Amino acid sequence: MARWTVRRAKRVGTKAGFSVYYMLFLVFIYGPMIAMFILSFQGRRGGTSFPLRGFSLYWWNRLLEPSTVGDLQGALGRSLILALIVMVITAIFATMLAMAFRKRFVGSGVLFYTVMAGLMVPGVLLSLGLATLLRQLGLPPAWWHSGLGVHVVWTLPFGFLVMMAVFNRFDESLEEAARDMGASEWTVFKEVTLPLILPGIVAAGLFGFTLSYDEFARTTLLAGELNTLPLDINAQMTQRIRPTLFALGTASTILSLMMIGLFLLIYTALYRRSH
Amino acid sequence: MNELPQAAPTHHAAHHRGLIGDQPPPPDVAAAARKIRRETGFPVGWLIAPAALWLLLFLVLPLIGIVIFSFWDASAKGMTPDFTFKHYGAFFVVEGFFDPESRNFLTPGVFARTLWSTFRFTFIVMFFCLIIGYPVAYFLAMQVNSFKFQLALFLLAMVPFWTSYLIRAVAWLPMLGRRGLLNTALVNLGILDKPTSFLLYSEFGYTMALVQLYVVLCVGPIFFSLAKIDRAILEAARDMGANSFQVFREIIGPLSLPGVAIGMIFIFVMIMGEFATAVVVYGGKTSTTGTVILNYYAIANYPFAAVNAIMLMVAMMIGVVIILRVVNIRKEL
Repeated sequence: MARWTVRRAKRVGTKAGFSVYYMLFLVFIYGPMIAMFILSFQGRRGGTSFPLRGFSLYWWNRLLEPSTVGDLQGALGRSLILALIVMVITAIFATMLAMAFRKRFVGSGVLFYTVMAGLMVPGVLLSLGLATLLRQLGLPPAWWHSGLGVHVVWTLPFGFLVMMAVFNRFDESLEEAARDMGASEWTVFKEVTLPLILPGIVAAGLFGFTLSYDEFARTTLLAGELNTLPLDINAQMTQRIRPTLFALGTASTILSLMMIGLFLLIYTALYRRSH
Repeated sequence: MNELPQAAPTHHAAHHRGLIGDQPPPPDVAAAARKIRRETGFPVGWLIAPAALWLLLFLVLPLIGIVIFSFWDASAKGMTPDFTFKHYGAFFVVEGFFDPESRNFLTPGVFARTLWSTFRFTFIVMFFCLIIGYPVAYFLAMQVNSFKFQLALFLLAMVPFWTSYLIRAVAWLPMLGRRGLLNTALVNLGILDKPTSFLLYSEFGYTMALVQLYVVLCVGPIFFSLAKIDRAILEAARDMGANSFQVFREIIGPLSLPGVAIGMIFIFVMIMGEFATAVVVYGGKTSTTGTVILNYYAIANYPFAAVNAIMLMVAMMIGVVIILRVVNIRKEL
């Protein structure tokens, strides 16, 4: 009996130790962001570090004045539009590719590694390659074509891996039953396949949206004259850093978190329905 | 015997008797299956064409472009077609490299040294990510029993991956500065008697920020490979008297290696191409190959930027091969 309790006590101790470690880890990864969040409410005379000198919305208000932060509203709008387009394209391409990969076909290996290369090739390299190529062709880059192009290259592997995992656990007999009853390919897809894989498509879309919304390296040389939000934030950092930047960072992070929450809600709702 | 129904008369020799009337002849099942296999689903060509075309335009062609442009010559207008190795030469050697009399005899070029320091630094950050991230993944996979709780804690650890890393880099500024939180904490705890400036714009602060930015990338893969381990094996090992350390060394460690390798490749690739954090947290005091590429793009020396990019790619391939040498993912999966 004593042995048993010693063993049990040891196990509880280990668990407690790991729990404390996990808490510290969370402090490590969230701490700086929380500090930034608090400092965005810095008083008017306060600086970019603690202590807080009063509490005000002064720096938040300055976000709304176009003169102080350049074309912030425009940048935010472009980033959101771009993220939405990338989300849709990622979801569609990832689904189509994963459906093709359910069968073996010639060149599937090459295609697989090409898709995965989007994950491995550093953003700065892709940015440089396409920017010089466009220069040589005499085409000016813009966020909505060259920017969009490299964003999808980056987000597609994530969506693809999600959809591959979805089809790995997919019960093909359901589709075959529908076919045996005379349904056309399109009907089978619309009535049987799609409802079952919809949660996966939403997850692929989440990767598309959030990764594009935050992408900086790939857009650096490819956005053209008009900035996306991360480029705007980067431009502000090269000037004198003010708490406005913290307010902007907080606002952007809250927007990201809201999008993640929204996607998770849709995902759970669809997942419940499809099971 | 009489109560058994008489066999219905057959109209065709190939037909066989069923319970209700005649049945059609048994089809050649294998052939039919083959036929169905080929016909089901949308045509593969249409499914892959859009994505393949997209990747060709925005991934393959730019990479080929970099290779070609690295041999071109820089000119006032940008680039002129050529086949010269001079930019490669400028990358690797400095003037006087081959001259025994020179001070610079056998001194590698400054850009090759930048690449080497990027490589070395990346490995340092990877090491810290591994020793910080592994216990987190271990805790989530092995110590948390309720699935819902596990999922919630896992998502909590992964959320930063979906937020802007640029903003997370900015968030380090109020932490690291002379009057930053870390300094204040260290002084208040009596560890330092006055604030130090070695935190911000230093290698220490830079390393810490990079580890914080990228550590979540290895928590995910390690978590998944740990979660796949069959608990019965661990139970069996313990029943046979193995202590926790032996269980880890003999079972958990080796079985989690694929996850470790994938996480490390992920972090390695990200940090090799890193340039923004170097500017924000290090104040641009150091150069990485990423910053070199952007600087040479800014002064319109595209061929030299391309050479740096290719060398970065080669270094990355070498790094990935080294990681795969240590862990054979294909064998382990």
